[in-house]
Amino acid sequence: MDAIIIQILNGLDKGSAYALIALGLTLIFGTLGVVNFAHGALFLVGAFVAVTTQRLLKISYEVVDESKKDFLGNPLVVDTPYVHGWFGQATGDAIIDWAVPLSIILAIPVMLFIGFAMERGLIKHFYKRPHADQILVTFGLAIVIGEIVKAFYGANPIQTPAPSALRSTVDFGVWLGYEPNSILYPAWRLVYFFFSAIVIAAVFAFLQFTTFGMVVRAGMADRETVGLLGINIDKRFTIMFGIAAAVAGLAGVMYTPILSPHYNIGMDFLVLSFVVVVVGGMGSLPGAVLAGFMLGILQSFASMNEVKAIIPGIDQIIIYLIAIIVLLTRPRGLMGRKGVMED
Amino acid sequence: MTSSRFTRRGALKAGAIGGAGLAIPTILRADGHTGFTNAPTGSTVKIGFNVPQSGPYAEEGLDELRAQELAVEHLNGIGDGGMLNTFSEKNLDGTGILGKQVEFVTGDTQTKSDVARASAQQMIEREGVIMVNGGSSSGVAIAVQGLCQEAGIIFMAGLTHSNDTTGKDRKANGFRHFFNGFMSGAALGPVLNNAYGGSRRAYHLTADYTWGWTQQESIQAATEAIGWETVENVLTPVGAGDFSSYIAPVMNSGADVLVLNHYGGDMVNSLTQAVEFGLRDRLVDGTQFEVVVPLYSELMAAGAGSNIQGVYGSMNWNWQLPDEGTAAFTRSFGEKYGRPPSGAAHTCYVQTLLYADAVTRAGSFNPCAVAEALEGFEFDGMGNGATTYRAEDHQCFKDVLVMKGAESPTSEFDTLEIVEVTPRAQVEYPEDHPMFAGGDLGACNPGA
Repeated sequence: MDAIIIQILNGLDKGSAYALIALGLTLIFGTLGVVNFAHGALFLVGAFVAVTTQRLLKISYEVVDESKKDFLGNPLVVDTPYVHGWFGQATGDAIIDWAVPLSIILAIPVMLFIGFAMERGLIKHFYKRPHADQILVTFGLAIVIGEIVKAFYGANPIQTPAPSALRSTVDFGVWLGYEPNSILYPAWRLVYFFFSAIVIAAVFAFLQFTTFGMVVRAGMADRETVGLLGINIDKRFTIMFGIAAAVAGLAGVMYTPILSPHYNIGMDFLVLSFVVVVVGGMGSLPGAVLAGFMLGILQSFASMNEVKAIIPGIDQIIIYLIAIIVLLTRPRGLMGRKGVMED
Repeated sequence: MTSSRFTRRGALKAGAIGGAGLAIPTILRADGHTGFTNAPTGSTVKIGFNVPQSGPYAEEGLDELRAQELAVEHLNGIGDGGMLNTFSEKNLDGTGILGKQVEFVTGDTQTKSDVARASAQQMIEREGVIMVNGGSSSGVAIAVQGLCQEAGIIFMAGLTHSNDTTGKDRKANGFRHFFNGFMSGAALGPVLNNAYGGSRRAYHLTADYTWGWTQQESIQAATEAIGWETVENVLTPVGAGDFSSYIAPVMNSGADVLVLNHYGGDMVNSLTQAVEFGLRDRLVDGTQFEVVVPLYSELMAAGAGSNIQGVYGSMNWNWQLPDEGTAAFTRSFGEKYGRPPSGAAHTCYVQTLLYADAVTRAGSFNPCAVAEALEGFEFDGMGNGATTYRAEDHQCFKDVLVMKGAESPTSEFDTLEIVEVTPRAQVEYPEDHPMFAGGDLGACNPGA
């Protein structure tokens, strides 16, 4: 039972990331009708905002330590971060230690700007083009963004650890009445789950309880009529694109302690998230969240040795298997609108 | 209005032109006149460096390329000569190879077998290279080695650690300087016994391809030989990213050692996540849980950060070795690029020099003459002590390093420390060892 609980937790954690990316993906499809294959690249950019923040906080001046030698036998040059000089070593180290959460402050404006720029600069020119064109151009954009990141940061994964206070494990089993140390789970993964839940709730609340959200929802249902009422729906949809980009970026920022970011991380998530959107129903926000968590949990269960002993290799195909079944039996997805993806 | 201009005569013309075009690569080889593929005819000779310049091992490929460029400089008499000064053979004098200046072309393997083969084929057919060197994957090495065998080109493998490269997939035109999974096991076994005792229970996570399979088999054999029990071996997809679903079951499996048969980004992620799940802080029946990473690379160790501290692994070579050859190469490389060379860089550098030396000793670029010169060749001064290129399987035999993640690194390059230089005798094995069985070098192919 404890193994099942751990896999449920793992699934919720993976599902959180899938749901956050899929939420943005389906939001863009629902508002602008664009199949955005560059959405994984926004997750990538978010992850590298965390890397950049960490590097900015570590900007250093050099001090030559004559007592030590470098690999060539020269006196060792030691880097001392400026934040040590400004705030003292203990406070400086604490600031660097909290680089990932702090990078959220930078990530929100950066991702909003990138979202606006992407939509205004490129994607708006493809609104009336076929989905195949949209996929090609956004996929190309994703490759370009990945290569730019590689040019600046290299191809190796970069360590971006969680704050040391959150690097420990939580004895989850004790909460459920099990023996101590039977179900240990990383604290940061629980933080990620709760963070995702808050972001998802915030997006839903924004759309449900604000006038802006009401107009956007009306625009998603009938864009033409909303336009006839004199509302500039395009402007609102552009803002929604920026918000979707910010959601994907935040998902990337907070995921960096779980998966060391590298230039291809966006592609790794894009395909899975796209499957999540299709399973949940193109354009359906609750569908994206439901499918994200459901597929995350199923993927985790499929990785269990007991399951793989019955069906070898199931861990690598489970998501696609579910997608095939859903598309065959319910082409619009679990919570998709009638008519969408059904013709 | 359009009219078709397709005629029988036109089709014949197009066919003739197309046929001639397809034949050009063969004609350009000019080997029909000299008896082997891409025989150099002018004052230069061209070699091909086929390394990952994009994809997950691009950083490693870049480091290989740096070393290869340095080797070419040293062969052409530029720079301080590096290991040419310490190499036991003194045939190379900085005037190129057999008096021909060395040129090189590069290809991008993308760490994909089909792409690597296409890249090597292009270098052989269009660029006329006489030798192919490099790579950072056993799947790629085996694929390119097969191509070079068919084309009549010498392949000096880069970083390839699968037993199969010089085992069941060995080829007469292919040579491996790098060590292999069996050697890692033979070197690590006694060290793990001393460090953790002989009654451990190991859980393996293994990359699901040739390298992972053979390394896992080797480490399992070596650890069971010291009394360890193997609890489970779980194959994981390459590039899985999040290994948490595979790591979670380790906790309640009764295992007290996790062996990560992963490399590159997978190693960084699985190790980081194992630490994240608290495995290294765990006590199993009063025994401290440990993690082992059998194959280390400096570039990957840097990616794993503090998570590798105290974790045992093995390497082919490391820049911290105290011998003269290592110091000479590290100085040349460090002064040119501002960083110490990686193990992958070292093996590519050495392979290039060894090829040049073999050509010089053979007095010919003919791949069969070169292969003969390399077979059974004994040398020293290249950083691994006395080394032999065994004739029977084209595998180099030399000392192997057991490493550990540095406990208190002083710089970004100081991530690993040498625990032991395992003597060559301890890692040797007969060429018909079961883990290397089923292979046949076959006959050397000069091409043409």
